Parts: sequence; structure tokens; C-alpha cells
Amino acid sequence: MPGAFEGETVSRRRFMELVANGAGALTVAAFALPALGFALGPLASREPFDWQAIGPPTDFPEATYATKVLTIVQGVGEVGQTIAYVRQRDPAIDTEPEDQYNRWIALSSRCQHLGCPVRYVQAAARFICPCHGGVYDFRGLVAGGPPVKPLDRFYTRLNKATGLVEVGPRYSVNSELRRFAPRDPGQPLDGIGQYLYPARYSTSVIPSN
Amino acid sequence: MPRLPAPPLPKILQPKPSRPGEQDENGRLSPAEAGITAVDWIDERTSLSGGLRWMLFRKVPRGVNWFYTLGSATLFAFLSQAVTGVFLAMFYRPDPSGSGAYASIRYITDDAFLGQFVRAMHKWGASVMIILIFLHLARVFFFGAYKYPRELSWIIGVVLLILTLAMGFTGYLLPFDQRAYWATIVGVNINGTGPFIGPFLSDFLRGGPEFGATTLSRFYAIHMLLIPGLMAALIGAHLYLVSKLGISAPPWLKVENEPELEQAEV
Repeated sequence: MPGAFEGETVSRRRFMELVANGAGALTVAAFALPALGFALGPLASREPFDWQAIGPPTDFPEATYATKVLTIVQGVGEVGQTIAYVRQRDPAIDTEPEDQYNRWIALSSRCQHLGCPVRYVQAAARFICPCHGGVYDFRGLVAGGPPVKPLDRFYTRLNKATGLVEVGPRYSVNSELRRFAPRDPGQPLDGIGQYLYPARYSTSVIPSN
Repeated sequence: MPRLPAPPLPKILQPKPSRPGEQDENGRLSPAEAGITAVDWIDERTSLSGGLRWMLFRKVPRGVNWFYTLGSATLFAFLSQAVTGVFLAMFYRPDPSGSGAYASIRYITDDAFLGQFVRAMHKWGASVMIILIFLHLARVFFFGAYKYPRELSWIIGVVLLILTLAMGFTGYLLPFDQRAYWATIVGVNINGTGPFIGPFLSDFLRGGPEFGATTLSRFYAIHMLLIPGLMAALIGAHLYLVSKLGISAPPWLKVENEPELEQAEV
């Protein structure tokens, strides 16, 4: 006999409890869910990235790297800048398939161990990380130390209108220089690594223009 | 000068002790009486004194020693961090541009009155708190004080330890010098090596795929609002359990006058 009257399936007391608790839950959800979504928003929004001109093709020889400063986050000054080491593709050593985006090789200075900035040493033709001793060879492949994958790269292209080489978004590569959506340092891409560290929606993609 | 004892007086001639709330010849309460009256007013309406007595006048086992003060010392370090942190926040600007965070830290250190001192208290106090919390943990571990019925105190304590380390991590970025910046890059990337959720946790911490405009303010909000609130609540629960369960006796203390316990298998 749940109700006080004939045919009632829920007692009035129980009904009031449900209404009060439901209203409370609705009120909490009304502020908690938007606030949580706001805090988690950056995971679901994509970083804009435009092609940046870095100089005429004559700036970039095959045998050494030119150092270029890129802006990867707008409006925060030096904090938003990073360094790309750029050279022209050399078919004799660059065995990965050529396409419209890698006629210039632009390596990110971000060490793939934990993200310190690597420095190119021409005498050794190596990239060397000051933090924990990561070493990369001339192509950016791991030559020693703790890094888990080769140096990240940036898409490059020649802007025919201006005649300048332009740099696009970042991408990661595995040890065979296969392209992947950018992963953070410390996240390997060989074998099971590409599944353990999924691609994130928030990273930039090649602009359509 | 030694005083002679008062001559014995019959009871009827002895001065009466003053009664609570009694006024002097001018009709005023003495300052002590006024204080007592005010405290009584609050206590009559809140019954706080019972809770305070329950918290402070507990029975403690024989043999407690200086090692038992490490928890209070950690609490003191937390309070010191809270107070100095609140006042540092009055001068700090969580803005990654050149005239923002780094410049405000420079101002606190170089120009503000006692700024260097208060900042140093916060900076060194952070290390002191980490040291004290580990010593407290070691005391609890080696004295076996985590055992029944104090397991929940231990669990809350471990969460507090993790939150304290998170405070250290988020606070390290705030000076926004080269060391702070690169240490945070490395720290966020270490956190990103956790499989499956690591990359998304990194995005959450940075506020995007790159260290950007909101990373510093995120760390600042986590450092001074989110974690301290959680810690204050958990410290309250920790202290409640200390009061509720009492503190454990040192392990070398033998059971006495409890024949049943003496024969019990432990």
C-alpha cells in the first residue's frame, strides 16, 4: 500500500523526497557541469595555426641547418615561440617518401625525452639536449640517450605567390619517419606506443588555405 | 618581603569571593569578567567549548615523545604557507608577458617592503613542509600508527602528501623564470607519459596542446584555490580522526594492568 489513497503508486512523502532531491541535483548540475566543461574546454578546442614565412629557398642549404624562430602561440610574447631547424631535403639521405610538405626538412627543437630545447652542433652533425643527454643524428633520428622518438617536424611548403618557404603545423614521427599527429615528448610512437598515447583533438592540423 | 599569614578569622568575617557577573562599586565589570561574559555569550549559543575540550583535552598514551609533534609541525608549515601565500597573491600577476609574472616577482623581491622576506618564507617553507610531511609519514610508518583503527587517517594523509607535492609542482612555475618554465615543460611531459589519459591530462594542465597564454593562470588557480581548499578540508578530516581515535602508543610500550590484552595474540 504505497500511497494514502486508492490507486496511488508513490506515497506523497516519497514523491516530495524525489522532487526535492531531483531539484537539488538539477541545481548542482546547472553550475557544476558548465564549470567543468569550461575547465576542460581546451581539450575540445583546436589550436589555430597558419603558415608562417621563414625565408627564401636560398636560405636553406642541404648540408646544414638554418635556425628559425616560430610563433606557435599568439599573444604571449617569448613564451609562445619555439625554434625550428630547417634545411633543404637531400634525396641522398632523406629516404622517407617525398611529397609537397617535406621539400624542406623543418625539425622542432623540442627534445622527445621531456621537452627541453635541443641545440644543433654542426661539427658533430648532431642535435644535443642539455637536460638529460639526448642525442639525435643529422636527420633528427635518435642517436643516443633517453629520447623515445625522433625530433618532431613541421610541415613545409613553398608559397608560389611570395616565393618564400613557409612552415605549417607540427607532426610527430616514429623511428621510420612515418607521420603521426603530434604527440608530446616522452610518448613513444613505435609498436604499441601509438595506441597507448592517442592523438589529441586539440593539436593543429594543416590549414586548408 | 615575606608576608605573615593572615590571622584566622571566623567564617562570617572572611571576605566573600566574587561571584560571576558581579560588578564593582562603580557598577562596572572587571576586564576579566567582561571577557568571561563575552565568551559565555558565544558558548551559550554554540556550545563550542565542549568541542574544543573534546579536541584539546584528550587522553594520550604514556611514552609520547617529540616524534609525535611532526604532524603539528607539518600543519604549522601549511598555515605558514597559507598566510604568506595570501599576502604574496596581493602583489603577484599571473600574466606570462614580459611585464607580468616575472616582473611582479622582481617587484616583490627587490622593492616591496619585507617582500623578499615573505617570499623567502614561502619558498623555503615549501621545502620545509615537504621534509616535515615525509618525516611525519616515516614516524607513522615506523611506529605502526597506520594500523587499525587508523587506516583512514593514513589514506587521507597519503592524499595530503600527493596534494602537497602537487602544490610544489604548480608553485614552481609561478616565478616564471627560465628554470620555472623548463621545469614545468619537463614536469607536464612526465605527467603525459601516463598511458591513455596522460596526453589529455597534459592538455588540461597546459590549457591546450602547447604551453600557452592560460597555462600560467591555470597553474596559479590550481595552486592557490583548488588544492589549498581540498587540503584544508582533508586536514580537517585528518584532525577529526586524530581526536576521534586518539593517538597510538609508541610500539615499545608494554600493555599493563590489562590481563586480557596481555594474553591476546597480536
